[in-house]
Parts: sequence; C-alpha cells; structure tokens
Amino acid sequence: MQYLLMIYNNEKEWESQAPEVLQQQYGEYMQLTEDLKKSGQLVAGDRLQSVTTATTVRIRDGKTQVTDGPFAETREQLGGYYLVEAANLDEATKIAARIPGARLGSIEVRPIFDYTKPR
Amino acid sequence: MNSLAAIDRVFRAERARVLATTIRVTNGDFDLAEEAVQDAFAAAVQRWPVEGTPSEPRGWLTQVARFKAIDTIRRRIKLREIVAAETDQPELSEAELVAVPDDRLRLMFTCCHPALAREAQVALTLRTLGGLTTEEIARAFLTAPTTMAQRLVRAKTKIRDARIPYEIPESSQLAERLDAVMAVIYLVFNEGYAATAGDSWLRRDLCREAIRLGRVLVELSDAPEAKGLLALMLLHDSRRDARTDTLGDIVLLEDQDRSSWDRAQIDEALPLVPLALAGVGPYALQAAIAALHAQAVRASDTDWPQIAALFGELERRQPTPIVSLNRAVAVAMWLGPQAGLPIVEGLASELGDYHLWHAARADLLRRLGRTDDARAAYRAALERVGSEPERRFLERRLATFTSVTGP
Repeated sequence: MQYLLMIYNNEKEWESQAPEVLQQQYGEYMQLTEDLKKSGQLVAGDRLQSVTTATTVRIRDGKTQVTDGPFAETREQLGGYYLVEAANLDEATKIAARIPGARLGSIEVRPIFDYTKPR
Repeated sequence: MNSLAAIDRVFRAERARVLATTIRVTNGDFDLAEEAVQDAFAAAVQRWPVEGTPSEPRGWLTQVARFKAIDTIRRRIKLREIVAAETDQPELSEAELVAVPDDRLRLMFTCCHPALAREAQVALTLRTLGGLTTEEIARAFLTAPTTMAQRLVRAKTKIRDARIPYEIPESSQLAERLDAVMAVIYLVFNEGYAATAGDSWLRRDLCREAIRLGRVLVELSDAPEAKGLLALMLLHDSRRDARTDTLGDIVLLEDQDRSSWDRAQIDEALPLVPLALAGVGPYALQAAIAALHAQAVRASDTDWPQIAALFGELERRQPTPIVSLNRAVAVAMWLGPQAGLPIVEGLASELGDYHLWHAARADLLRRLGRTDDARAAYRAALERVGSEPERRFLERRLATFTSVTGP
C-alpha cells in the first residue's frame, strides 16, 4: 500500500536555522532517501521550492484563472513529500518519524486511493 | 427456551473473542466481521436447539463466522486472486480454532490506535469489545445516536482505508500503546463512576464493562500496571452503594457504611496490588491507596502516614496539582490540619478555580477553628461547584458548621 508523507514546515523558521543545523538535516534527508531506496519502500520524494513560487489555477465559469500564491498565510506550508510503499499505517508513521521536518513541523500521512480495491 | 438462554450466555461470553478472530479473517474490515459474527449467532439460534450445543461453542461460532465472512468477500470481490488466496488456506478444525491465540488483545490495540481520536477509541472499544449498541454508547456519553454512529463509521473506515494494523505492536512501542489501551479503559470507568448526570443504570454498566475489559487485559498482558488498573477500578467500584445516600447525596469516605462495600470485589483486588506495585506505576500507586482504605475496618483505622507516602510517590511520578492536593489532605489527616494547610495554600495559583481546592481548604480551616476564613472558603467553593449533589453537599457542610460554631 502506498502512503504520501507530506512535510509541513514553517518556511521562515526552517530557513532561520543555523547553517550547521541545516547542513545536518540535509544529510539526514539524504540518508533517509538512500535507506528507503535500499529497502524498496521509496516510490518518489522531492523537496518543493518556496511557497513564494506557488501559482494557483482555477476554472470558474469556464474561464481559467491563474493567480499568484497562495502565500504563507497558514503557519506551516507544504515543503516536500515522500511517496512510500508500506505494509500498514504503523510502518508508514515509522518512516514519517524519521523525516527531519517532523522535529520542527509535522508530517501528514495519507494513504493513496486504490482504484483496484472494491468499496 | 433454555437453550436460547444458553446461547445468549455464550453470546455474551464469547462475542468479543469470536469477533476478534473474525476481524483477522476480514483483514481489518470491522463491519464485515460484525455482520459475519451476527450471522454465526443467528445460525446457532437455529441449529443448536435441533442439533445440540457443540462441544466447543466458541470454535463452532468462529468457524461459522469465518465461513460467512469469506462467503461475503467472495460475493463482494471481483478480484479472484484474493478469494483464491483466502480459500487456499487449509480449513481449521474446531479444536485448532479454539487454540488460536487470543485475538482480543490485538483488537484492543487496534481500537485504541493513536491514529484514532480518543473519543473514537472509546466508542470503538465499547462497541467491538464490549458489545454495547451504538444507542447505548451514545446515551452513556450524552451524545446523539447519529453523532455516535458517524464517529464509529469514520473510525472503522479509517482502520480499513489507512490500513491501521491489526496486530500487537512491536516491543519498542508496546509500553506506550498499552498505556493508551489502559487510558481508554480507565476513561470508560470514570465516565461511569465520576459523572453524576445521565442514565444511572447505564453508568453502572460502564463501570462493569471497564472492569470486564480490565480483567481481559490482565489475562492477556503481564504488565504490572494492567493489574494496578484492574485493582483500582475494583476497589473504587466496591464502594458504589455507599458513596451516595438514598437521596442521591454524597457520603464522604469517612462517613460511609463500610459493611456495604462489595467484599467480593475487594477480595479480588487486594492480591493484585502487591503484584502491581512491582512496577510502581500511577495505577498501582492509586490502587495501593484505595487498598489501604479498603483494609481499614473503621475510618479512624486508616493508615494515613502510608497513604501520604504513596501520594508523595505518585506526586514524584505524576506531578499534577490534583495529586498534590490529595497528598495535602492525607498529610492533614495524619499530622493535623496545620500540617496540611500550607501545602494546600501553596497550590492556590494552580487550583484557585477548582471548587474542591476551596472545599479542602475550608475543611482544614474549620478544623483549625478559623471560623470566618472557613465560611468564606466554603462560599468560594460553592461559587465554583458544577454538579448538583456536590452543591448540596457543600451547602450542608456550610449549614452544619454554621449552626455548630455560629452565634
């Protein structure tokens, strides 16, 4: 079963950390990604660019509206994700707990919808 | 008629176990498992009076429920390979099914999984392990049945769709997860024991159910705290008939008719306490305190030095102002009000809004003969009191004491 682990952090808080702390966290991310690759649990994983680069698309009355934002109105923003293969929720939360972002922000764990499963 | 009563007894005794095993077959689908178990009992009602009660009723029921569940899966699912995998399993004999490790603990851990909200944990535990109906749970927690039904549906859907595992947690998480199970059981108990609102019969039922779950936990886990929790619940509940008078008014521990305490429950609890104390956890310490009360033939026989020491230990492990207040009261009972008062007054900033803090302070002031201060403190308690029986108690206290020391 696949789970999306969404990494929410406060960008400003994240960037204001000491350089050596940031460096250490990069190292931890690399290590985690490497470990997940080896165990076969990694499906995908990326860091997103800053929320200041975000663009929102909506279709209203048949017209496409493209707007700047959303801006960092909420306290935490989506900053990256891992898509992992895990046997169950406990296995997924165990991976989530290894994400450095969990210490400053939080990780939302969501199961991926399975269309092959009858409902 | 007799055999139906017998089936009813089996139903009550075995439902949770049969359900717990069936949920394993349905891969965590609670609804499907509940349906299958219901079907199995319906089959028993039809067949046992004719064919006779099987030698292993639980094995029979588990087998039938398992078939019913597989049957439904087969009908429901188009994916042949899943059915094939399930039906490829060798059939188990009734004896083998009885020997299946107890699945109820697994079920407890799933119902109390931290990914579920606490209120959902409580509802699910009462529904699946306690066998209470949705309406009963709703009534006990003073919520609308539709709200409770939604809460249960949401919890079961999350278990299935997010795949909350149906297993005993690994050892690194076991202690923490066991704490959650015990917290849920104790919450159910307190809901029945502490609250004064709602259907009193149902509230007593909640206490009984919590004790029953506590017994199951002791049977399945050798954690000392499980024994502590069970002993604590048994001892508190043993005083249920003495805690209130015929008018529903509160009777203080020191004024209770100790002969009306439930001896059988006390006798079940006392041997558990020393075993529980091997772990020195909060439940064990509270059980030890309750045991000292249970062992005092008269209120004046109470071993207050020991109780004060136990509260001191509890305070070190679980430093909350309520525990400190209890220790202060015990110290006052042991060494006199002048020894307890400074501890109580030291908690003013934390408990100044809590009516029982004012009531405890009032009582100590009264015993010290500080009449005016005591009267003011009782009034302060009355201003903050929530429940009716407690209000009546404080008013009575204020009145008696005013007439004794008044002009």
